[in-house]
Amino acid sequence: MSKANLLDRRQVVSTLLADRKDVVAIGGLGASTNDITAAGDHARNFYLWGGMGGAAMIGLGLALAQPKLPVLVITGDGEMLMGMGSLATIGLQKPANLSIVVLDNEAYGETGGQTSHTSAAADLVGVARACGVTDSRSISTMAEVEAFAKALHDVSAGPRFANVKIGSAGVERILPTRDGTYIVNRIRGDLGFQPI
Amino acid sequence: MHARADASAPTWPDDIFATLQRFDVRQVPYVPDAGHSKLIERVLASSTMRGIPLTTEEEGVALLAGAWTGGQRGVLLMQSSGVGNCINMLSLIPILRFPFLTLVTMRGEWGEFNPWQVPMGSTTQGVFELSGVKVLRASNAAEVPAVLEAAAAQAYNALTPTAVLLSQRLIGAKVFTK
Repeated sequence: MSKANLLDRRQVVSTLLADRKDVVAIGGLGASTNDITAAGDHARNFYLWGGMGGAAMIGLGLALAQPKLPVLVITGDGEMLMGMGSLATIGLQKPANLSIVVLDNEAYGETGGQTSHTSAAADLVGVARACGVTDSRSISTMAEVEAFAKALHDVSAGPRFANVKIGSAGVERILPTRDGTYIVNRIRGDLGFQPI
Repeated sequence: MHARADASAPTWPDDIFATLQRFDVRQVPYVPDAGHSKLIERVLASSTMRGIPLTTEEEGVALLAGAWTGGQRGVLLMQSSGVGNCINMLSLIPILRFPFLTLVTMRGEWGEFNPWQVPMGSTTQGVFELSGVKVLRASNAAEVPAVLEAAAAQAYNALTPTAVLLSQRLIGAKVFTK
């Protein structure tokens, strides 16, 4: 299989977040959360170090609670495969302000690069569409990434899903804070909520 | 079709609904169960609560983390067999420290006819306790309001993760056999 024209994961994520304004960004367990960190720490970044399969559902809960805010989930193919049922849950709720981007390297990069289901059979774009996320697309160029980065600010036209085929080359490990309570309370504080 | 041991329409689901409303619960993820059917109907008819059907119970744990981050309280409705599906996702609760309340209709106890329900029903309380979730139980309709009040207060005011087990004695054992 040709692996030409695969996009660079860090370039994809930094483009998605370059003009982020009020976006809340959730990074799925694994390299995606590091990619968000590499694009720049931010009070509205939700870094996941566990809870594999939960990134899209955290995004849904946030999107329903804050319907005027763009909520962006950035995760990997393995993490999305583990929470595939959540695409059906999201397709039913249709939160117009939720966008999901899968960085698809067709492998479990954190555990030794074992191939994932997307390498040969599973089509996440088709799954999302079949679950009712009608704006579901495959992205293979940076121009498409730039267009998606603009579109996700429209909180009346989602939910939207994009699968981006990325290269599997290792990148520098840039790690965010591991303190989950700090992460949540920092976002809540930035949204104007007081501590309990 | 199935019959319930107690055929009269129960009012305890209305008590639960009233308590959840008073505590400003907004997101109600659920996997359906017959014992939750009246409460689910009340939630879906509510203008302040959003009922969110899940494909598997662990989705609800992650959803409640996101809801709280966005400023809303939620409650997860499921039956005891779904508790096992949640185990890894329950690790988010102490790590992210969000208010967690779940109402669990019990199977596999008190007159159960289906042996397949018994293993998970027997370990439900233990699974919660090993995962750091406090367990309260309501065994009859009269104690539902006080148990729900205590559970909601400690979950939302004290951030004490709490599960309320609604016993099969309360909801009525399913009867398929003669």
